[in-house]
Amino acid sequence: MFAKPVACAAFLIVSGLAPLHAQEVVAPSAVSFTDMGGIETSLTGTPGDVAAGAELMNKGSGNCIACHKVTALSDLPFHGEIGPPLDGVATRWDEAQLRGIVANAKKTFPGTIMPAFYHTGPYVRPGDAFTGDAAKGDVAPLLSAQDVENVVAYLMTLDTYPE
Amino acid sequence: MARGFRSGGAAALALVLAAPLAGADEVIDDELVINGEIPIVTQAPAPEHVEAFSVIRSGWTFRSPETQAMEMDDFDNPAILGVEAARDDFDASLGANGESCASCHESPEDLAGVRAVYPKWDDAAGEVQTIEMQVNECVTERMGAEAWPYDASRMVNMSALMSFVSRGEIVNVAIDGPAAETWQQGKDMYYTRYGQLELSCANCHEDNYDNMIRADHLSQGMVNGFPTYRLKNTKLNSVHNRFKGCIRDTMAQTFSPGSPEFVALELYVASRGNGLSVEGPAVRN
Ligand code: HEC
Ligand code: HEC
Repeated sequence: MFAKPVACAAFLIVSGLAPLHAQEVVAPSAVSFTDMGGIETSLTGTPGDVAAGAELMNKGSGNCIACHKVTALSDLPFHGEIGPPLDGVATRWDEAQLRGIVANAKKTFPGTIMPAFYHTGPYVRPGDAFTGDAAKGDVAPLLSAQDVENVVAYLMTLDTYPE
Repeated sequence: MARGFRSGGAAALALVLAAPLAGADEVIDDELVINGEIPIVTQAPAPEHVEAFSVIRSGWTFRSPETQAMEMDDFDNPAILGVEAARDDFDASLGANGESCASCHESPEDLAGVRAVYPKWDDAAGEVQTIEMQVNECVTERMGAEAWPYDASRMVNMSALMSFVSRGEIVNVAIDGPAAETWQQGKDMYYTRYGQLELSCANCHEDNYDNMIRADHLSQGMVNGFPTYRLKNTKLNSVHNRFKGCIRDTMAQTFSPGSPEFVALELYVASRGNGLSVEGPAVRN
């Protein structure tokens, strides 16, 4: 059913890389932020995958619910209270602004505790993930460009306030 | 705190009168009396050099009732095993000089109150010393034995014994005079946003104490309860070991237990708790 190139593109999306035929992935250092801290255009040209984004809210380098409560994810245990609940967040911000907040929230909220997820420093004593050792060479962003798009796609589904 | 404010508690009332409070929810009504006889000050007016808080609180006030209860009776506190092990070491002669701790200090109880002023400036050494450094000074210089590794269980146990005999004493670490420079170094570290997550101690323990970060209920990050027995790793943990974990969790290259950086940080963090009781060895998650 699927032609080979499509399956291949799907694989690349899953692994967080942009398909070859799409636009160039915008490197963390090349991202252009608006004055408000938003990012107008997709970092990859590939639409975000809502399910993959939902996964990142919980696990891995996203772990957004460590700090944010999301009622739609209430089957997952332990939502944090550090940041505002993300219920209805898509009614408060547009897609460009959400992309900017996920990529580098410090551009929208100067000095915020929220980590910059599409950013490569400079950092103070960057580590090798959670080992406590020094980073080996350049630090990769917490989320890949496509991860950011996926998380933003998920956030765009949070367009109501649950009762 | 789920249990919230109750104005009836005498301790709470005294606090209300003594300190300008930011909000009623700062005052909690938990009272810690160990073995029914050692009252522990678990909340106190913040010292002047801690501008962010009006009230400082021991980590104990943030723990679940079950974890809190383990600290209320030494029979329930697993850390006491380490204290007992250290008592044996206290009396054992070690090293070339055939001396034990007891040769100079009759009993551990002789050293009551000492813990409350550590880390402190040591004139002879020309540096700020933690209690572990002081123990090692005795072990090496007076007793002629090999230094104990900073974070080894033997050292953590001895540190637990030093806290144990000072329980209830009020923490009063000096931050001025010759210690001032080290204190400032520790303060600068406290506000440095380390690692790829760019988090400072203050981001979690000053700006967000009492909030949940995923499954963890953030405390003010006080060190008056150290060393602490942690249910998570079922052993006694040194202050520096805790610092190491917290910095590691910011995705940073951490510092080593016993490093000058952690000594400075310990002095600063300890001084934030001036006014609380020595509570170690405490029980934590
Ligand atoms: C360490 C804590 C922390 C983590 C982790 C974190 N955030 Fe945040 N976030 C915050 C805080 C705090 C704010 C509020 C901004 C401020 O005032 O600093 C915020 C704000 C936001 C906002 C704007 C909310 C609004 O209603 O205005 C969005 C959207 C958001 N975060 C999404 C995310 C996503 C998606 C992730 C994971 C990929 C994430 N956050 C991870 C702390 C965090
Ligand atoms: C990402 C958040 C985070 C950061 C940043 C952080 N900590 Fe912690 N810390 C925790 C958590 C979670 C705990 C366990 C719950 C508690 O006691 O707060 C903890 C516990 C502690 C404790 C034990 C308190 C007790 O009573 O047992 C101390 C001391 C401490 N931290 C000090 C520090 C210092 C010093 C720094 C900076 C070098 C720091 N922390 C940075 C999250 C953090």
